[in-house]
Amino acid sequence: MLALQSSPLPDWMAVSPALILALTGLLLLAIDSIDPTSSNSPVLAGISTAGSLFAFAVAGWFLLEGTGQAATGGAISLYGDALVVDGMSLFFTLIFTVVAAMVSIASMDYAAEQRHQGELYTLVLFATSGMVLMSMSNSLATAFVSLELASLPSYALVGYLKSNKGSVEAALKYFLIGALSSAVFAFGISLVYAVTGSLLLPDIASAVSGATGMTGVLGMGVLMILGGFAFKTASVPFHFWAPEAYEGAPAPISAFLSSASKAAGFAVAFRVFVEAFPLGGLPPGVDWVLAFQVLAVVTMTLGNFAAATQENVKRMLAYSSIGHAGYALIGLAALSAGGPNANVLGASMAHLMVYGFMNTGAFLFIALAEHWGVGRTFEDYNGLGAKAPMASVAMSVFMFSLAGLPPFGGFFSKYALFYSAIEAGFWWLAAVGAINSALSLFYYSRVVKALWIEDDTSSLELGSKPVGLYTAVIFAAVGTLLLLPAFRPVIETAQTVAAALF
Amino acid sequence: MLIEGLIAVAFVAALVVFVSPDEYAGRLAAALSLVPIAGSLYMWSQFDATGNALLGGSVAFETDFVWLTLGGLDVHWLVGMDGISMPLVVLTTILTTLAIVSAWTPIDTRQSQFYGLMLFMEANLLGVFTALDFFLWFVFWEAVLVPMYFLIGIWGGPRRKYAAIKFFVYTNIASLAMFIGFIALVFGLGDSVSSMRLPEIATALRGGELGGFAGLDAGALKLAAFVAMFVGFAVKVPVVPLHTWLPDAHVEAPTPASVMLAGVLLKMGTYALLRFNFTMMPDVAQALVVPIALIAVISVIYGAVLALAQQDLKRIVAYSSVSSMGYVILGLVAYTTYGVGGATFQMVAHGLISGLMFMTVGVIYNTTHTRMVGDMSGIADRMPVTSGIFVAGAFGYMGLPLMAGFAGEFFIFQGAFASTVHSAMPLFTAAAMFGIVIVAGYLLLAMQRTLFGPFRFDGDYEVTEAAFHDVAPLAVLLFLVIVLGVAPDLFFQMIQQAVNPILQTGGGL
Repeated sequence: MLALQSSPLPDWMAVSPALILALTGLLLLAIDSIDPTSSNSPVLAGISTAGSLFAFAVAGWFLLEGTGQAATGGAISLYGDALVVDGMSLFFTLIFTVVAAMVSIASMDYAAEQRHQGELYTLVLFATSGMVLMSMSNSLATAFVSLELASLPSYALVGYLKSNKGSVEAALKYFLIGALSSAVFAFGISLVYAVTGSLLLPDIASAVSGATGMTGVLGMGVLMILGGFAFKTASVPFHFWAPEAYEGAPAPISAFLSSASKAAGFAVAFRVFVEAFPLGGLPPGVDWVLAFQVLAVVTMTLGNFAAATQENVKRMLAYSSIGHAGYALIGLAALSAGGPNANVLGASMAHLMVYGFMNTGAFLFIALAEHWGVGRTFEDYNGLGAKAPMASVAMSVFMFSLAGLPPFGGFFSKYALFYSAIEAGFWWLAAVGAINSALSLFYYSRVVKALWIEDDTSSLELGSKPVGLYTAVIFAAVGTLLLLPAFRPVIETAQTVAAALF
Repeated sequence: MLIEGLIAVAFVAALVVFVSPDEYAGRLAAALSLVPIAGSLYMWSQFDATGNALLGGSVAFETDFVWLTLGGLDVHWLVGMDGISMPLVVLTTILTTLAIVSAWTPIDTRQSQFYGLMLFMEANLLGVFTALDFFLWFVFWEAVLVPMYFLIGIWGGPRRKYAAIKFFVYTNIASLAMFIGFIALVFGLGDSVSSMRLPEIATALRGGELGGFAGLDAGALKLAAFVAMFVGFAVKVPVVPLHTWLPDAHVEAPTPASVMLAGVLLKMGTYALLRFNFTMMPDVAQALVVPIALIAVISVIYGAVLALAQQDLKRIVAYSSVSSMGYVILGLVAYTTYGVGGATFQMVAHGLISGLMFMTVGVIYNTTHTRMVGDMSGIADRMPVTSGIFVAGAFGYMGLPLMAGFAGEFFIFQGAFASTVHSAMPLFTAAAMFGIVIVAGYLLLAMQRTLFGPFRFDGDYEVTEAAFHDVAPLAVLLFLVIVLGVAPDLFFQMIQQAVNPILQTGGGL
């Protein structure tokens, strides 16, 4: 690996993944304003995919070169420390951009019949650049602004199918709860500011370690900030919007929200809690780890049980995505002062990476089914395996991987997560996770059973094979499979970059 | 890299067959599956391992590199073979090809998917028998479930969905119990191991380096882990009372899948018991010898009695597997060269014989479309070759000398009688030997009623001799059964070499 000891690039170049995404979005906006009724979706989707992949490549290159990591002089701080580029932000950028690429290419067919196609891609790219900024936020102010930058396009995207009642209703619900959560989040920030007098994470950390008074206000602020993240990551108790929004939204957008947007929530939560409220120096009474433990257990259990009772595949996936938020929360719930924190946080990040592939793929398969006019319940999927074998194999891979069955990527990331939790001394968290994971096999295998084993009762003829959707689904499946043999660089990178936080 | 090559060939073949057109899929799969056979036979000819792979022996065709690191524990890509793995690998490759050929007649829908899954299963089975890192091994172990679930669920009989789910749930929960047991051991070992490699863990466990974990002291932890792992593997074997998934799975599964299930998948359970429970924790096995031997004897007798009561030929063979695998457990718990070695030998012998029996029943079913003993009589008049093989196979099952089954059972009984682990072992052995009588009883009864006597058939199908490609795999299997019966040393010497280190400990076993 080349060492960039004396970097030839100026420091501000470190945010180039976000810049690339934003500029591609602007480019699409320009095309759209020249030809507002353009329905040339291959061009629009192509530009959007290319921009995402370019950002992915740049982030990957930075990560390999060691930009912002200990080897090349540590994290790069920009704009008065408001943004910080380090290994963790680059790692998360990889997740956001690859999901955005898959979603863009899948939207080519999905949105082919819609008007205003340019907007769809533009909004996806803007939201993605917001997520990249979220992962780089080193100040509560930038965290808030970038969270809004990621959220506002998402509201519009959920309501993209303007003539569809479900889509509009979902957008409204998402927007209302989002606005409420933003308010809670902002109020939490102001409380923390009131106690510490700073919005920069390191400054907050040094202020709270000495703080003796106003513990109650600080605790309240922390709790409210936690609420803001719980919304973004669809964790209990701010999860109500998720099933509605995911179900009502266009399926590629559901994929985008449940994978990338969720990962972004975790990215900023990881940084804010670890950096601003370090475990060793908190005043007694402010124990956010306990809050996350409760949250993790409740979220995974509730998500899984709710998923098990669904008859609608998209809703099942929506609830299971809540369950997966619960697993990822272990990354924060199994921290302790002086414990092997980097391992468990890194495992959580690696799980989000694998999840980015398998969950996006699963929702994109739903998009494929919606494209063909297949219904939404499990019964409607009966016999699809014979009609579309390759896509169904891919879907089976996603389902088994989400359930955590070897030999798929999800098995390894879950294993690493639970193992790290045990290692950190929280074997009961791992036990709850393992039981939930075993339960989840029940509802995931229902999809597989419908695809392959149940007899086909409908006379539905599948239309054309949409190239973009197929490409995206197969790409996600190959990613899910390859993450097993290639899990070593993923987990090791994740744990290395997580270590830089502590 | 030979083992990786073997596995990779099977994987690639699975993929190729999966996307090939249905018309060619069967023959293509059979042709491609000859490559793993050639590979495994070549390895057999080059085989130079000595000792037990887990206990410091030299391992053949070993590859070892670090795959990833988790919290200070390395997960290795570690594959290799010793005298225990080699026979099972050969069994897997040969049986897969024969099962594929035997599927040409009965499988008439979605062929390419069927054969693709068979090859995918072969690849993972080869992985199970060669992986020497717990993690790698577990990945293969679980991956075997997936194709079998589909094979039963898609191509099975009328109650296939129920049987597939039952199979999946039973074995998956068993895997979870086993996994928890093993991981608890790893955490109990703490810093004395630096990886998940089975040799390292076996050495540490036998060296008494286990500490406590999660509130249990070392002794309790070891006992709990042993029981959890024993239960996990026992479901797969299966032993009474954990056997109830097996008849359902067998009866509903299509014949080729039954062949793989009885011939190889059940051996995964006993293989794992040998590798994990009996190799790593001999002291606990010694302490539990009475309950384990009791379970073995009950499996032998109860399985045989159940078989005696069945009217469905396939169920008869299925329950007889429960019985035969009971012998294997008895051999393992005896802790003598002949006992453990015989158990390993019996895995191979039973794989061949039960495969043969299932295939024969399948061939009869393809012609008559019934397996009910009461529906037919005198089949031998119309299907002389098939019936002849059936009779020969049944004699093999009963333990006729110069057949593989005789050799395996003889070794086991000899080893179990001579066992010194517990004074009651000869008693258990004697009780188990009564199983042979019952086996002879139900097989002779079944043959007498279906094959012999005046021809009678309650059905609308014409009963004629099966096609050449249906009978050929039967003949090959019968040939192998006889070869292995005449010359058990083909495998038994290498098995003994791998087994002996298990029995040698300082602790006066």
